Amino acid sequence: MTESVAIAERLSASSKQCLGVRGLSKYFGDFAANRDVTLSVDAGEIHALLGENGAGKSTLVKMIYGILKPDSGSMELLTNPYSPDSPSDAKHSGVGMVFQHFAVFDALTVLENIALGLEGRFPDETLAAEIAEVCERYRLHVELNRRVHDLGAGERQRVEIIRVLMQDPRLLILDEPTSVLTPQETEQLFTTLDRLSDEGRSIIYISHKLDEVRALCDRATLMRAGQVVDVVDPRQESTRSLGEKMIGERLNETKRSKASNAEKQKARLTVRVGDVYPESTRNVVLNDVYLSVAPGSILGISGVSGNGQDTLFDVLSGELTLPNPDSMVLDGEPIAHLGVEQRRLRGLLGAPENRLGHAAIPELTLWENVILTARHTRGILKNEHLISGTSAKAFADEVISTFDVRTQSVNAKASSLSGGNLQKFLIGRELLGQPKVFIVSNPTWGVDAKAQLFIHQMIMKMADEGASVILISQDIDELLSVTDRICAICHGKLSRTFPTDEMTPEHLGALMLGQEIDS
Amino acid sequence: MEYGLFTSIIHAIVIASTPLVFAGLGALIQERAGVLNLGIEGLMIVGALAGFASALAGYPLIVSVFVAAFAGSALASIFALLVLRLYANPVATGLALTLFGLGLSALAGSQYVGQAAPQVAEWIIPGLNHIPVIGRAFFSHDPLVYLSIVMAGTMWWFLTKSRAGLILRAVGENHSSAHSLGFSVIGIRFLAILTGGALAGIGGAYLTLVQTPLFVEGMTAGRGWIALALVVFASWRPFRVIAGAYLFGGVSIVQLHGQALGISIAAQWLSMLPYLVTICALVIIASRVKGENSAPGSLGITFKESK
Repeated sequence: MTESVAIAERLSASSKQCLGVRGLSKYFGDFAANRDVTLSVDAGEIHALLGENGAGKSTLVKMIYGILKPDSGSMELLTNPYSPDSPSDAKHSGVGMVFQHFAVFDALTVLENIALGLEGRFPDETLAAEIAEVCERYRLHVELNRRVHDLGAGERQRVEIIRVLMQDPRLLILDEPTSVLTPQETEQLFTTLDRLSDEGRSIIYISHKLDEVRALCDRATLMRAGQVVDVVDPRQESTRSLGEKMIGERLNETKRSKASNAEKQKARLTVRVGDVYPESTRNVVLNDVYLSVAPGSILGISGVSGNGQDTLFDVLSGELTLPNPDSMVLDGEPIAHLGVEQRRLRGLLGAPENRLGHAAIPELTLWENVILTARHTRGILKNEHLISGTSAKAFADEVISTFDVRTQSVNAKASSLSGGNLQKFLIGRELLGQPKVFIVSNPTWGVDAKAQLFIHQMIMKMADEGASVILISQDIDELLSVTDRICAICHGKLSRTFPTDEMTPEHLGALMLGQEIDS
Repeated sequence: MEYGLFTSIIHAIVIASTPLVFAGLGALIQERAGVLNLGIEGLMIVGALAGFASALAGYPLIVSVFVAAFAGSALASIFALLVLRLYANPVATGLALTLFGLGLSALAGSQYVGQAAPQVAEWIIPGLNHIPVIGRAFFSHDPLVYLSIVMAGTMWWFLTKSRAGLILRAVGENHSSAHSLGFSVIGIRFLAILTGGALAGIGGAYLTLVQTPLFVEGMTAGRGWIALALVVFASWRPFRVIAGAYLFGGVSIVQLHGQALGISIAAQWLSMLPYLVTICALVIIASRVKGENSAPGSLGITFKESK
């Protein structure tokens, strides 16, 4: 501990404030990504940066880390003026950053990976000894001679963190560090972060997980639409009050009208499965899932990312088939053993979370992407082997005009569309196929507010036309405003289902954290 | 001096294998940096012609080797420009490079056909050359044979023991990560391509300077392709390139002697043998699980700097 005290003394010698940001603005064309942002981070403080996707958190930290240059405003690091020209500039000044996407090399060992991140260092005994010391101090466990290829996400992140810590940073920026971690790994990370803050190092912690921020952070700066809206002590706030400040005034969302008799109808799709082991060990095992959904009704499944949503989606859509056909029953027909194609022919359609690469092929044009899922409608498939390009283009055109997709033509590549427009196109593609059951995962992730509203309306319209919709989402507001019934998934188990009208954010939060699930 | 048949066979195998060692190392350094260069054959024949012309003009061996290396690098720099800067498809560009090199050397080399280059003196390693059988087989060769072994050692040292080599491997493994750590992906790949071009050029020159001191159109006869296969066979490791090259050279010499001894197998089968061995080796390698012996992660993928 004396060592820790010594470090703390050395670090706090200069001042109480570590980073000061004043009036920082950054424009991309006319769009203000950051407007007059002010931020103050004390030495030894864990400071949360809270905000929705697109609120400007990433832009702000990119300026602090020297990736972007601010258009106006000033920064101060340890009372010195600070304006980094590049990440390596920032590193030299004592600022380190752990990105969401790890810059690691699969075929190289942990030791080699760390050496590559440090200027002029070579993976030898000396470096290994220094790393061992740092690992010991911050309780980070890694085996230096293992290849990164064999490591899980948590261990990969540790490689990145060690890389940054080896540079003895004063300020550490973590961008959504827990999005890929298991709960145990998250706990380990928090131990390390507490240790770092005890030494007087400051941490900027970007997240949108409110409960984590409340558990870990000393202060929180809330951002919305590129501006700072409040600075609060997260421990004095409820998850709800934080959420409201973060989201601000609500858009005039057309609240789901009470689906009058939908609830009374017989279930169209019933799912009753025991344990499901996914193919990849990274995905969570499902455990005794039971759900049912009636025609014209929207069922919401909430949950913190990485709690089995991926496996559940695969099971529902047919990407993962089950040996017992009766595990899933659609309109009285057992379908659990059928693959995606057979389920599509029976009217069960899905739109996965990953838009580019899973729902659409980035390099193919929009009309070609139509063929991927909608080929059994509108004569796109002439017979078993031939495709009608004309029909596919006509279909794509219809999707574009009906759902206000902003694109040049049906010949545009899927990758050229913005997230919101592509999502509108992809959901429209399924909607025109008039699904009986529609399964959609995180449809508005990374989508701007206007497109979000539109997508919600599309989903509700689909239900109004008689489809059964299952909406898997991490966005609590989305679930509360769009769905009829709601449940939560945690560690691969589903909670009871509640009518959305009776659900509060607090209750839903508790369900997402696994409370009540076992009782 | 009279030597036994065995000794002469070994001696011949070393000579047959050396161009493959050079060319294989030339392909290896590029692939380790993530560049798939299918133009090795073209680089080799251009090197063969350049080295031969220099030797005919009366320059000493060392100069001719440099000329061949320079010619290889010069041609490779066109490939580098097309692939790294203009984002041309590397497979198509590499194939084009091979065809271009073959055509260019045929055109420029027509005047040299039929002439003979001066004999290259052997460097006999004193002491070791008196060891019975292997003395003659391994230690009385032209200097380029020794250079090829030294090159493999140097490359091994560079890749595993130097920071620059570590960075080169990192670039080949994951160019986006390397870029985000601040390494110049394009610059490193450019240097790797130039080095690889030089080595392939020397490999080609070995054919015209030592093996058959003549220039004939298309005389590389697919050795550039064998070199590419060798790199996979060697799991991207320099010393295994030597082993692979000698295995391949061995099979090709043995089949020649087999024909001479009147072994009653159709000569065509024996000629096919080295290629069959290569295919078998590739199949065995492909069946191995991904791990430390697998291809660099970014091999053959075009790198574009995101703005």
